[in-house]
Formats: sequence, structure tokens, C-alpha cells
Amino acid sequence: MFEIVEAQMLTDNIKRLVVKAENVAHACKPGQFLMVRTDENGERIALTICDYDRKQGTVTLVLQAIGVSTKKMLDLGKGDCFADVVGPLGRESEFVNEDINELKKKRYLFVAGGVGTAPVYPQVKWLKEHGVDFDVIVGTKSHDTLILEKEMEEVAGEHLFITTDDGSYKRHGMVTTVIEDLVKNEGRKYDVCVAIGPMIMMKFVVKLTKELGLPTIVSMNPIMVDGTGMCGACRIMVGGEVKFACVDGPEFDGFLVDFDQAMKRMALYKTEEGRKLLEYTEGKTHKGNCC
Amino acid sequence: MSDIDVKVRIPVREQDPKKRAENFDEVCLGYNEEEALNEASRCLNCKKPFCVEGCPVGINIPGFIEKIKEHDFAGASEVIASDSALPAVCGRVCPQESQCEGKCVRGKMGDPVSIGKLERFVADWARENNVKPSFTPEKKNKKVAVIGSGPAGLTCAGDLAKKGYDVTVFEALHKAGGVLVYGIPEFRLPKDAVVQPEIDNVKELGVEIRTDYIIGKSFTIDELLDDQGFDAVFIGSGAGLPMFMGIPGEQALGVYSANEFLTRNNLMKAYRSDYDTPINCGKKTVVVGGGNVAMDAARTALRLGSEVHVVYRRSEKELPARAEEVHHAKEEGIIFDLLTNPKEILSDDEGNVTGIRVIRMELGEPDESGRRRPVEVQGSEFEIECDTVIMALGTSPNPLISSTTKGLEVNRKKCIVADDETGATSREGVFAGGDAVTGAATVILAMGAGKNAAKSIDEYLMSK
Repeated sequence: MFEIVEAQMLTDNIKRLVVKAENVAHACKPGQFLMVRTDENGERIALTICDYDRKQGTVTLVLQAIGVSTKKMLDLGKGDCFADVVGPLGRESEFVNEDINELKKKRYLFVAGGVGTAPVYPQVKWLKEHGVDFDVIVGTKSHDTLILEKEMEEVAGEHLFITTDDGSYKRHGMVTTVIEDLVKNEGRKYDVCVAIGPMIMMKFVVKLTKELGLPTIVSMNPIMVDGTGMCGACRIMVGGEVKFACVDGPEFDGFLVDFDQAMKRMALYKTEEGRKLLEYTEGKTHKGNCC
Repeated sequence: MSDIDVKVRIPVREQDPKKRAENFDEVCLGYNEEEALNEASRCLNCKKPFCVEGCPVGINIPGFIEKIKEHDFAGASEVIASDSALPAVCGRVCPQESQCEGKCVRGKMGDPVSIGKLERFVADWARENNVKPSFTPEKKNKKVAVIGSGPAGLTCAGDLAKKGYDVTVFEALHKAGGVLVYGIPEFRLPKDAVVQPEIDNVKELGVEIRTDYIIGKSFTIDELLDDQGFDAVFIGSGAGLPMFMGIPGEQALGVYSANEFLTRNNLMKAYRSDYDTPINCGKKTVVVGGGNVAMDAARTALRLGSEVHVVYRRSEKELPARAEEVHHAKEEGIIFDLLTNPKEILSDDEGNVTGIRVIRMELGEPDESGRRRPVEVQGSEFEIECDTVIMALGTSPNPLISSTTKGLEVNRKKCIVADDETGATSREGVFAGGDAVTGAATVILAMGAGKNAAKSIDEYLMSK
């Protein structure tokens, strides 16, 4: 069992959990993920790692309720336990293994969308600790859905640019507008862009960075079952080849990812997930055979 | 004892095909005591038992059958236990027709002795009567790490524990058992009733099993050897990622690898409403492939309420699946479209599978495998309407361990290179066996490799 040592709602459906998981905390690096199972009958759910503390043996997870399993996770509090936490899984971000002197010559642009802010945070933190330059754009629907502002500000300071779709906080507009602003209007230069967020956001960021000639890494979070390189559910097309997000990724060259196909595959269990979620939240009230 | 025709094996009772096509209960019901005694009486107790040569773990087959004849079932169980840690599993899933039973002298003039069913009878009897093999080895005070708790790992761990080693098994998934748990379906190998008790028996030998430990990620093999005080490591991490055909449409919604389909159903128990993991199985399913995994996927889809077609490019004779599985699948109503090969998976605007375009094949000259090579019949393409496609084409090795272990040699196919006899790898103190070395094979071959590796780990550590 893996104990939750801290729990905090960040918005009305996003929660931050700090979990005791020494095996993961011992080895995890920015860019990796882990698999969590709430209870004996639960699903294995892939979650990105938001932070880790090797001394305490803890990892920080940020999760959003989407289906029944994530809703169950959201209902857990301090002192509760996950049945399973396993990881770290996937490959670490490429920069972790780059020559540090070469890396220091580069300037990174991070683009985080919604709950994608969580996996961007450890990358930004790592680069800050290693003295590498960066800017960070965080985009979200409105002020209420913004997460990790304080944490991000601590590591990014004046290099943080927040934007809301509805203009309720800081800048107004999509992340792509901010990218254009920084690059075209302010003339900022970047060597690498890292975009993590909803698939549709990554698709449009890549469309823009392609025009700008800015190499872009994206982090894919497709449906997974085991997460360890066995089931093949997480396959995506990258440069016309089948790749598995769990062992070949989760980070890929954004210019090569087939986003349209990946988005279609995300819809696979929507009906059944929706039905199970309804059952979980409202009990077995629906008797029809319609969905 | 009733009069029996010694040339004919005692038939085994099975669940009625119509009934079982709608449930996940075990298909084969096994022998009762009388049937087992009658079948055992057919064994000639040959001076030179060819059956033993056919067994990858070298079970003393005539020895345990003699014990059955004497009504000493506990004794029979002890004979088997000295060579196999998983008899109830092997009695159910071994390809006996090409191993022990394939070599049985009785088979020359009639049916071979039903060695598998007798092994199963003994193992089930022992479990039901709580008879457990006892070993009290002298402690060697050396630690061995076993990676993977499938058939290779469990066998290796059990054998080493019997020799007095401290053994820790590291399992990446949340449940021990490997392919016995995630791959082989309940109706062929019951999990709680059969697999778990055999794993518990291995634990009772003193083996510690740690689930949720992913070696190569949480800890590397070097960390196990250098920091955690293990004296040797056995890698039995199993097969890896599923293969696809590379035909258009394989990314469509409703195309699964057999690994995914079976893992959802077996490990995650998606067929039960009290488990959260979903499984989408449509009204008409096409399974591509002809091995045991293809049969398991097909029969699972059938039980989830689908009409099922197996599409295989060669003829029935070449089907790699066990004859018994093919027979059971046919009895249950699975349709075999043989000498047929997929060309494209068809889908609608939303990306949902609507069918599969296939082409007729004919057999030409033998290829390097000795089987006649299937060649396309020009102009014979046609479409099979379906909403689910399951690809059961085999797997390629998992890179997690080989990519994080320096100096561990892999071959062209990315399988770990290990000596056939000893399991020794290119790294000192690191041994390997099972699917991680051979690519996808059978439970019993993995067990054989685990057994050989245990022997050579013992020799290695004794000579150190």
C-alpha cells in the first residue's frame, strides 16, 4: 500500500497528492510517469510526475477527474492509500542526459496547457537548478482553473507568462498567441520548445512552431493498460512508424506525431467510461440499454 | 476397476460447448479418481521412458504414474514436486502432444497415455487435500534476485529456495504470475483456484515476491548487485511489445493487440462488472493469427458475446496452436477463415473499424521454417464485415532491462543472449531464460530455462 501524505484540491476537479513511493522517488527524472491503481478492483492509470523528494521517498501527482478511476482518486485524502504505485516509467526528458555545457548554450520555451502544467514543472525546476535559460507559458481556461502558479513562479520568476482563454487573469488568449508575441513581437529566440497539455493544444502549438522553425517536443498521454511495454494500447504513429508511448516515449518529436489519429484513439472508451462514471456518482439508476 | 480398451485413452469430462461459450468457468473438468486410476493403468512403465525425454523439466513421469496406480496420490505429488513447481498449471497448459505424450510408446498403437491430465489430477488432489511438498534445505546465506514472476522466474526461484538460497522475486505488475495471470484466460487456467495456490507454494519455500517493482527503472540490475547485496540475478522478464502487421488501418478504433485484449480481461478482469477496467468487444470480431494466444483471444471475445472469425494465412495443418485449443475453439463455434490474409482494416469517418479486407492464399514451396510458404491468389480479395480486430502476431522483446544494463548482450531480434544449457549471459552473475531470451514460446519451455538457470546459478555461487 502506498500512503497519501498530503492532499489538496487545486481547482474543483484537480487535486494534488503527495504519495509515499520510495521505489519511484529513488529513480524518477523529469519527463517520466507512473502507474497508479486505487484499489483491488481499480484500473491502472498513467499519471505524470509533478515533483519528487528522494530523501522523503515521496512523489507529487496532480490529477484531474475524467473517468470513474480518476474520480475515485480525487475522493482520496491524507492518510488514505493507493493499492499500487509503480514507476518511474517511460524515458526521461532528453535534456537530462545532454552535455551540461552544451545545454547551457540553449534556451528553452515551455508551453503548458491546463493539467499539463504539472509535468512541465519538474522540467523547469531541473533546468533552473542546472542554470539553463527558459521561458514558460502557462495557458488555462480561466483564473479558477489555473494550477501551480506559486510553484511555477518560484522557479520561473519573470520568465513565467500566464494566459487565460477568457481573459479573467493575466494575458488574454491561447498559448499560441503568447508564443507569437514572444517570438515575433519581442524577438525572443529559442532553441527548443516543450509543449505539454491537451492533445489539441499540442497540435496547434506544433503547427505554429513548425512555421517558426522551432523544434518542439511533446508529451503524449494515450490510453495505457500495463504501462510497462506489454499491451500496445498506447501505440501512436510518429513519423509513419508505430511507437509505444510507455517505452519509446512519452516525449516525442512534435513535428512527427500524428495528432489527429492520436485524438481519435483517445475517444475509444468514452461511452463506457461515461457510463461507469455515472454509475459511480449516481448509483445504478440508469436501466435503459441505450448507451 | 472396469474393463478398458488399453489402446484408447479415458476421455476427460468437459463443460458443454454451448454452455461454456457463455461463461468464463474452466472448460476441462479433469479426471476423477476412478478415471485417473484407469488411465494410469495404461502406462507401460517403460524401462527407457521416452516421455521423460520429452519433458522440458524432466519430470519422472512413470514414477508418478506408478504412485497413482498404488493409490498413493501424495506420493505422486511428491515425485512431481521434485521437478516442477507448477504442476496444476502444466497439467493444463503444456503442449503435451508434442512433448511427453508425443513420445509415449502407447501412442504407436493407439492413444498415448494422458500424462497431462494425470499430472493435473495429482496436482488438484494435492491442493484440495492440502498436501504440500516439504523441503528443509540448509541455508546458504546468499541472495539471488529473480526478475519476473512468470513461469521461468517462479521455477528458478522455487528451485533456488529448495537449494537454500534467499530468493527475492521482483514483479513489475501488481500481481504475481506473469503470463499465467495476464495472458492465459480463466477458462483455461483458473486464477484464484489454480494459479494463486501454486504461487503460494513457491512463497512457502521461503521466496519473497515484491510486486510493483520495475527492474530497469526503479532499480537497475547493477544496483541489485552492487548496492542491494544480491549475489546473482536471473532475468525472466518475459515477452514484450505486441507486433502489428504494418497494414493500413491498424490505428483504427477497435483494433487491439491480443496482449491488450487479454490483459484487460485476465489481469484487470474487465469481463466482471465489479472491476473498473473497460473492454470494448463488438458484435463481430476478427482475430488475426493462429497460435495459442490467437485461440485465447478468440475464445475470450466469443464469451464476451461476439461472433468470432480466426483469420490465418496458412492451412489448418500449420496452425501453431495446440490441437486441443483449436478443437475447443471449433466446438464453441469459432469460425476459421484459413488460407486468408489481411490487406487492410477498414473504418468509418470517426475511425471505428467497419471491416477487414483480406486475400485468399495458397501454399507454395516450403520456406526456412519447413512449412509451405503461403502465397497470395491474385484477384481473390474480399471483405469481412466486423467491428473488432485483434492482432495475435507475436511479440518483440521488452527493452526496459536490456537498455538499462550495461554489457548485457542482445541479439539481432533484441532478445537477451543466454547460453542454452546454463542461461549464463554476457554479464557475470547474471542469468536469463524464458521468453526474454527465446521470444514468445510456451510456459513449460520457460520453466525448463528457469530450472536450468537455477542449477547453474547454484554452481556459480558454490564455486565463488
